[in-house]
Amino acid sequence: MSQIPADLLYTSDHEWVRVADGVATVGITHHAQDQLGDIVFCGDAPDEGDKVEKGDVVAVVESVKANSDIYSPVDGKIAAVNEALEEEPELVNSSPYENGWIVKVKLSDDDTSDLLNAEQYEALVENES
Amino acid sequence: MAAPDLDSLSKTPFFDRHVEAGARIVDFGGWAMPVQYEGILAEHHRVRTGVGLFDVSHMGEFFVEGAGAEAFLQRMTTNDVTALADGQAQYTVALYEHGGIVDDLLIYRRGEGRYLVCVNAACIDKDWDWFSSHHDEAADGCTLENASTSWAQLAIQGRHAEALLQKLTDADLSAVAYYRFTEDVLAGVDCIIARTGYTGEDGFELFFDASHADAMWAAVFGAGEEFDLQPIGLGARDTLRLESKYCLYGNDITDETTPLEGRLTWIVKLDASDFIGKEALLTQKEQGVPRRLVGFELQGRGIARHGYPVLLDGEVVGEVTSGAHSPSLSKAIGLCYLPKGSTKVGTEFAIQIRKKTVPAVVVKTPFYKRDY
Repeated sequence: MSQIPADLLYTSDHEWVRVADGVATVGITHHAQDQLGDIVFCGDAPDEGDKVEKGDVVAVVESVKANSDIYSPVDGKIAAVNEALEEEPELVNSSPYENGWIVKVKLSDDDTSDLLNAEQYEALVENES
Repeated sequence: MAAPDLDSLSKTPFFDRHVEAGARIVDFGGWAMPVQYEGILAEHHRVRTGVGLFDVSHMGEFFVEGAGAEAFLQRMTTNDVTALADGQAQYTVALYEHGGIVDDLLIYRRGEGRYLVCVNAACIDKDWDWFSSHHDEAADGCTLENASTSWAQLAIQGRHAEALLQKLTDADLSAVAYYRFTEDVLAGVDCIIARTGYTGEDGFELFFDASHADAMWAAVFGAGEEFDLQPIGLGARDTLRLESKYCLYGNDITDETTPLEGRLTWIVKLDASDFIGKEALLTQKEQGVPRRLVGFELQGRGIARHGYPVLLDGEVVGEVTSGAHSPSLSKAIGLCYLPKGSTKVGTEFAIQIRKKTVPAVVVKTPFYKRDY
């Protein structure tokens, strides 16, 4: 299933994580954006440099009908917030894995062993539907 | 976001058509209803710029017939039923004795002593109990029938609605004015064809026997092909009605709000004959209406949703009754009650959105008005 890129890691809350050079880029999966529908707001992110722990809310994504908290899948510090989403939150729908990324977190610990791989995440999505 | 347990839910006669059309089905007050097909924003814009079709068969239909029907409805509702001409519809509410709203309704006068009352889906049982408990066939001189399960209802809304439906009927739809209706054959089916709706656009609502549902769906979509007619879900129905400031029962008006508070004074005829709840309204009017429903725009970022606290000078004074991102205006808009003295356009207050206090301002409503 091409909607779940093989090279990313995932959470059971439908976030994806791309780790490169000690920084985790975080977004929501194709499945998550599809379930939410048209996204019209993305915000409430902490400031750059703020410490976050796994499970902390790092953004809120709102569609026309629902809102969804986005949790940090890792421990670290906020390295960047995708400011493009302020004007174009619909990027989360149209490009969930690229232009629609939500935050970058500088890892304080590279251990990502508790995240799901693509195969595990695909099984989780199939289980839910 | 688990799928609803469909077996336990009521279904309209168009349920299979929704599934075929790729709808996402949700539990809406005990009904399995389509919330969206292609997406709420696209569906919203489609109705604003072209035409869309809503299955509103979950709404209830009561028939009130007999020499005493007018007097019975006059007693049960706040608007003046005696002002209705044949072929005219009227927006109204039924009240409890304490002035709270039982439901908002549309009454259609089909002829002398022949009325159709259209009620909200989630209120059918409650309304039926309320109307029945105040009805005595012999004393009132009218019959009361709940035909909700045997009638289907489709709303065709948008600027192309008249041209689309005109292809299916010999009735002259251009002669049917706003809040008027005609009873005629459409697509070979006997219909009540009403120029009413819940979107702020021009459009029609069709009432017909549910046994004709499949034929009607096929005929309307056949005629609608040249207008790119598509089905529209409840998600867009909600954003469309909010932009037009149509109240949603259960949110903006409830059994705890009076129509004076809900700014529905225009459908309350205190000078006409007595109705249930009139005394409470007279008392409230005399003492001063303590709060009123207002429309607001959010001035900061975010979306104010139903239930979020409303703050005036730092004090919580209520909550948002309806709130959404307005697709037509690209702004966060909503409705809430504000206390007497603080309801004027331009009044600044705030909405608590999660941990933030976001400024809001009272604006003129409706938020959106069609330009044709």
